[in-house]
Amino acid sequence: MASANHAADGILRLATTTSTENSGLLAKLVPQFSDSRDIPVHVIAVGTGRALNHARNGDVDVVLVHAKNAELDLVNSGYGIERYEVMYNEFVIAGPETDPAEISGLSNLGTAFEKIANSGALFVSRGDDSGTHKKERQIWGEVDIEPNGDWYKEVGLGMGRSLQIADELRAYILTDKGTWLALKRKLSLPVHVQGASDGRNDYGIIAVNPEKHSHVNIEAAEQFIDWIQSDEAKAVISGHKVEGEQLFYVIE
Amino acid sequence: MDGLIGASAEALRLLFTGDREIWEIVAISFSVSFRAIFYIVPLAILSAFALAYGNFPGRRVLITIVNALVALPAVVVGLLLYMLLSSSGPFGGWRLLFTQGAMIIGQMILAFPLLVAMIHVSLQGVDLSAWQTARTLGASIFRAMFTIMREVRFGLIAAIVAGFGRVVSEVGCSIMVGGNILHHTRNIPTAIALETSKGEFEQGIALGAVLITLALALNFAVATVRGRDMARH
Repeated sequence: MASANHAADGILRLATTTSTENSGLLAKLVPQFSDSRDIPVHVIAVGTGRALNHARNGDVDVVLVHAKNAELDLVNSGYGIERYEVMYNEFVIAGPETDPAEISGLSNLGTAFEKIANSGALFVSRGDDSGTHKKERQIWGEVDIEPNGDWYKEVGLGMGRSLQIADELRAYILTDKGTWLALKRKLSLPVHVQGASDGRNDYGIIAVNPEKHSHVNIEAAEQFIDWIQSDEAKAVISGHKVEGEQLFYVIE
Repeated sequence: MDGLIGASAEALRLLFTGDREIWEIVAISFSVSFRAIFYIVPLAILSAFALAYGNFPGRRVLITIVNALVALPAVVVGLLLYMLLSSSGPFGGWRLLFTQGAMIIGQMILAFPLLVAMIHVSLQGVDLSAWQTARTLGASIFRAMFTIMREVRFGLIAAIVAGFGRVVSEVGCSIMVGGNILHHTRNIPTAIALETSKGEFEQGIALGAVLITLALALNFAVATVRGRDMARH
């Protein structure tokens, strides 16, 4: 069954994270690619965990996500061909205006996490195995804290919804800068820690291996990967602004 | 409160200025759900007749199962269907995942128990002898079925309207097997979920308003037809 040649419909299926979709970046990138090559692109925006799962199952042709270790797993297990760096943005910590944990101005996410855990202030976790959630778990691991208790709320939702909940609960939250910027006017949840040494958020792109899933539209996937590293695409990425701020930085 | 009023006003503006994206989403929603109901209704009617007039072992158990399945969560149907339609699943070769076809199948599965249960209830309201008389007078099974269906037409319509309402508003299955792809599989409920996650409450309310308005129109239409028919008899 899997041998049926099914780049047949010519569609390129791209699984990506809600952060690239919600920030409006893909809405600029995708039409430029698909119009010039006449390749329709279907964007499926889910958490990084699920996007990688879709890749492993052969349900998409290419993934653009942000969880480097999990991405390398995909490649090492043979389901992804190779990981290419695309761009990065930043993880920041937003929280209540009163900043009860006094983290404002810190330059390290780990230190801020420790202070939040010790202050008794609330913390909202994505809890959905997304790239942001993986990053959060990693930071807790690095500072050797196992977060649990009433102050730690795992909401199991996307970034936007999680930010809204953190806002309602007056809680701290780890967020990608882009989603926060897109929502900031609707929230009273300022960023307290940014430009942190451990806050870089890398996005990689990987084509699904046709040796594992023969129906993969590999030609289109490779064209897209080439294109997203081209000067034309880089200009779109660097030029994309939300609320007047550049969101993504190209990796040279 | 300010936010709610502002969002509602903006929602109205979006609808009446003919925001193309919104109306495209509305069209996808209705086209998918209409097709799902259209394809599944014949099978649901046959099943309901079999449960009402059939004489076979396990009939009562089946009725109980159908009634229980009415409560099946959409997201569970979505999950099962995803596993079946995934390229790694048994029907991966159909390449239906992340298409409207997958959404239609999901909605057919969701609507089926509700349709059967409701039609079955209306059939129970018909005197069994009507069926038997028709059959002894030499009517074929299908002939007899049509006679009874005329009898219970309002029950049928009510079941179809309820089934449509169930599938046109479900989000769990559509987002799972459709993928919420713009211009293709983004329908009203999945768009509302997305817009809400982005904090774009205006768009969410606008789409919700369309859904409610069309549901109201549908129900008024049915009620009107029914009222007219009753007055005639």
